[in-house]
Amino acid sequence: MMRNRFLVVLIVAAVVSGVSLAVDRVTAQQAAVQSTAQAYRAPRTPDGKPNLNGIWQTMNTANWNIEAHPAGPSPVRDLGASGAVPAGLGIVEGGEIPYLPAARKKQQENYANRLKLDPEIKCYLPGVPRSTYQGMPFQIIQSTKHIMLIHEFAGAVRTIYMAEQTEAPADSWMGWSNGRWEGETLVVDTKGFNDLSWFDRAGNFHSDALHVVERFTPRSAETITYEATIEDPKVFSRPWKMSMPLYKHVERNAQILEFRCVEFVEDLLYGHLRKQPAK
Amino acid sequence: MRHRSRSFMRGGAVALALALAATISIAGQTQSGAQSAAPAKAPVAKAAPASAAAGKTYKAPRTPDGQPDLQGFWTNSTYVPLQRPNGVTKEIYTPEEAEAAIKAAAAREAEQTEPGTTADVHYDFTQFGLDRSQSTFARNMRTSLIVDPPDGKIPPVNAAGQKRQQERAAARKAAGGQYDNVENMPIGSRCIIMGGAGPPMMNAGYNANYQIVQAPGYVMILTEMIHDVRIIPLDGRAQQPSGVKQWVGLSRGRWEGETLVVETTNFNGKNAFQGSSENLKVTERFTRTADDSISYRFTVEDPQTWDRPWTAEAPLAKTDGPIFEFACHETNYGIANILAGARADEKKAAEQKKGSN
Repeated sequence: MMRNRFLVVLIVAAVVSGVSLAVDRVTAQQAAVQSTAQAYRAPRTPDGKPNLNGIWQTMNTANWNIEAHPAGPSPVRDLGASGAVPAGLGIVEGGEIPYLPAARKKQQENYANRLKLDPEIKCYLPGVPRSTYQGMPFQIIQSTKHIMLIHEFAGAVRTIYMAEQTEAPADSWMGWSNGRWEGETLVVDTKGFNDLSWFDRAGNFHSDALHVVERFTPRSAETITYEATIEDPKVFSRPWKMSMPLYKHVERNAQILEFRCVEFVEDLLYGHLRKQPAK
Repeated sequence: MRHRSRSFMRGGAVALALALAATISIAGQTQSGAQSAAPAKAPVAKAAPASAAAGKTYKAPRTPDGQPDLQGFWTNSTYVPLQRPNGVTKEIYTPEEAEAAIKAAAAREAEQTEPGTTADVHYDFTQFGLDRSQSTFARNMRTSLIVDPPDGKIPPVNAAGQKRQQERAAARKAAGGQYDNVENMPIGSRCIIMGGAGPPMMNAGYNANYQIVQAPGYVMILTEMIHDVRIIPLDGRAQQPSGVKQWVGLSRGRWEGETLVVETTNFNGKNAFQGSSENLKVTERFTRTADDSISYRFTVEDPQTWDRPWTAEAPLAKTDGPIFEFACHETNYGIANILAGARADEKKAAEQKKGSN
């Protein structure tokens, strides 16, 4: 049943892409060599590109700590087990982030002060790549000139420019993303970050020299292999890589809902400035 | 010490005005006939034509999946007020009258830069290039955005609506002063949501820019103000249960020929539109009428506020992208500064009172 539906999609996609089919076959072969994913050929959008449209989410504990970590207690005592940290194998290739010595020290300070410093707690924009694995779903709206990534957390949004590409006009939280297709893979090159976002709740961080290259490669009808290469010579001794699968929401009514979290953090941020009742 | 707390207040007031500017300028539009002596700046190199009539012959280009193509960067910036100004009886201005109305409105905005006026303390629109005359705006010959009722005015608020307005006013009063706590401050200043996001999408006063992106089964509208995104499914799915209420409601869309029709319900009522209740229903109709314009009409229904629906038309004009990240909350120093200033003022007043006893 599932396979039949998929075949229909494939046939429709083949008919639609028509003329470009021969070309696609060649690029698909190239992609199979380049990519760590298996030689899967994704259904096509009407304009002939691998179809990444959908609502996606990760299934890991990277937002707690992108490095391997044991389970641990909640950083907020009152949340008990519901706020405790689940263990994770880490998503960093090679296991450990290649920090410069001073940077590792800063990460440890960040961790020690995470309740005060983690931008996520303040409902700040999550930055990249944290937005991908922060835990909430995001939707890909894929068009020819622009591919939008719309995240539930804080309504964070990224525009990936597939045409009319420019340098970042200024630094920002979510960076400035230019994209291109390499066979089956969407490659997104993002620069122009500020130095304010973190990679996770463990204080892993970057500077404004951050450069992220992400690769989205469909590996089945409902999974994408996500890889990100992180480069930041002010913080890391060499570029390093993370990877994880993205899983598609298959519920028919799935949709990105509002998580307008500013409202949820106002008392935390401004409560100390509240007018006190007259004595 | 005295000096410091005052400058906190001042910095805060500027930041607050930044957040409030949308509201202020929209309110400003409704002032009737306030002709100004100040000369208007040469307005508008790139105003898009009002093209409701052109829509009859124009057929939009198609997306690869066959939808009428609304994609690109658009603005609904306009000098046309939502409601017809008092004393104006016609529905459509002549080109000369429209030009004069624009010049008068531009002059009012320019007044905000006059040193020594209250408006000048608020915000220098012209200096920061945020007044409408310095960017693209949608040219519209109408005397009001409201096209129905025919008098161009919002229908009278009914008894249920008045009762709710009184309750809301009482609740605000009971909550204390505007600067007592963050919750009492306007939602725009708090970077929760600003004018423009809608629905309905109203001219935000500045940064009135949108990006539309279409994919099979979806239309996405990005509002520049606070990077607000609406993802509108077109697959005929049912509305979500009423337990899911949102600031921007939940939108469902469909194509009716050349027109994208979007119906939105499930509002949480905290961002009332012109005093609406959470039972507000907004129906928007987007029709591309030329390469550089989209006709945007919206109908507002809320029997608990108005006894009849009302409809407005606010064209979108093509503008240059891209849209840059509007990270509002992340550097919202205004809130902390304003509240700190208010607390400092209270402390000072208490000390003075003690001293005078």
